[in-house]
Amino acid sequence: MMNRDINATITEDNTYANELLVAEHISKGYGDKTIIEDISIRLGRRELVCLLGVSGSGKTTLFHVISGLNKPDEGRVILDGQDITAQPGHVSYMLQKDLLLPHKKIIDNVSLPLVLRGMKKAEARSKAAALFDQFGLGGTEMDYPAQLSGGMRQRAALLRTYLGSQGVALLDEPFSALDALTKSDIHSWYLDVMEQIELSTLFITHDIDEALRLSDRIYILGGRPGRIMTELRPETARKNRDREYSLTAEYSALKKEIMGYLNR
Amino acid sequence: MKKSQNTINKKIFHMWPALAAIAVLLALWQTAGSAGWVPNFMLPTPAAVIKALISDFPLLMTHAGVTLKEAFYGLLVGIAVAFVIATLMDRYEIVYRALYPIIVITQTIPTIAIAPLLVLWMGFEEAPKVTLVALTTFFPITIGLLDGYGSVDKEAESLMLSMGANRLQIFRHLRFPASLSHFFSGLRVSASYAVVGAVVSEWLGGFEGLGVYMTRVRKAYAFDKMFAVIVFITLVSLLLMAAVALLRRASMPWEKYEKTQRH
Repeated sequence: MMNRDINATITEDNTYANELLVAEHISKGYGDKTIIEDISIRLGRRELVCLLGVSGSGKTTLFHVISGLNKPDEGRVILDGQDITAQPGHVSYMLQKDLLLPHKKIIDNVSLPLVLRGMKKAEARSKAAALFDQFGLGGTEMDYPAQLSGGMRQRAALLRTYLGSQGVALLDEPFSALDALTKSDIHSWYLDVMEQIELSTLFITHDIDEALRLSDRIYILGGRPGRIMTELRPETARKNRDREYSLTAEYSALKKEIMGYLNR
Repeated sequence: MKKSQNTINKKIFHMWPALAAIAVLLALWQTAGSAGWVPNFMLPTPAAVIKALISDFPLLMTHAGVTLKEAFYGLLVGIAVAFVIATLMDRYEIVYRALYPIIVITQTIPTIAIAPLLVLWMGFEEAPKVTLVALTTFFPITIGLLDGYGSVDKEAESLMLSMGANRLQIFRHLRFPASLSHFFSGLRVSASYAVVGAVVSEWLGGFEGLGVYMTRVRKAYAFDKMFAVIVFITLVSLLLMAAVALLRRASMPWEKYEKTQRH
């Protein structure tokens, strides 16, 4: 269906003019066991695309391949027309745990990706400092991670992800450890800030409501080995989805459809 | 100001059972001597020991200077050796498997047994003492560092890899700082070993140092002075451990914000 259409475009047209990130025909296994098979996804500029699937469907494996941590058995990853298969350091990766280094001040934590690329510490710091207010982190520059709340730490991790990214962020269940209220706040905030900094996001979640709140498009992953089962696109534009959106018929229909796939 | 006063009060409150127990022991000891239960020439009273400590203090300080120098150099060598060994063992599995049993075996050799050999090989100067201290101190630090390296979050490591970090950068920004708390726990133990190691090695030959002095007063049956040296060595070890704690606080300023603090 939809899925096949995407594959068709990718094979026929090799320029991906509008696509920022393309993963094509990715397969990856460990030993005899294939974890993901022939997965093709794409991410447009400023798009927020969600990968939704039950645990064990290979979402994290796919992210490891896209981030360059693991080499796929088959397929390739293309960023901005450039093959980045198995080359870490191009797209940045964020996990459920914030993984801020406890021994570094927040400013040094978030500017770490710049320092790793060879930027001078002072320059990296000033580049990071300029974004603190925008990320709601003003005043925490010289604090240690242990002094911040969970929501703040997650924002700091996002800022680090952004500074390390060249326009693309991979988020692996970044908000699942937060409570419902914090989560809802951070969702609205993330959509705003993503708009401002022109970030494109590929997002893993197993939370259907989160996917429907945030995504331009949703890929459903399922089966063993994991494959793309379908691609969905909510009709209401992302910016028009307020709190009431979850009460609409469109929302229930999509949710029902997704549940149908996930319970298979 | 008020806040720091409060924390000091709190600390004293936490310490009172220990202080009380020490006071009771000292009182018993003093009574045993004063009441004549134990002859004074065999077990001098605490008061006599303190008197000896005060009168001998300048002399003890001179000898302590020598001993501390040996302990310090030995500890430095021990730290350097531990750092190299632990880092190699962590980096290469084969080095780990090759060295681990040997390192454990070195710790089963009684210090007192190899000290005379070291003196025979290296003479009566500093070298055998520094070597002995290094031998006794590298072990706790090596084990501490190995634990520290092992405690590094694997996900944090993959995150750094995904940022394009190389091995050296991962070591510098993640593995080394993450192992600091374990390193200091090892160093705390090693600091007290260092003084004892230096004293023991001085027993077997030397010209100056607390161990040399100890041998002298023992041969003169000056039990009060003997006890005074023991008390003095204890104080020096405690001071060294306190210095390590200060160094730890200065090197790891983030630790005071963490809820699960190690003591």
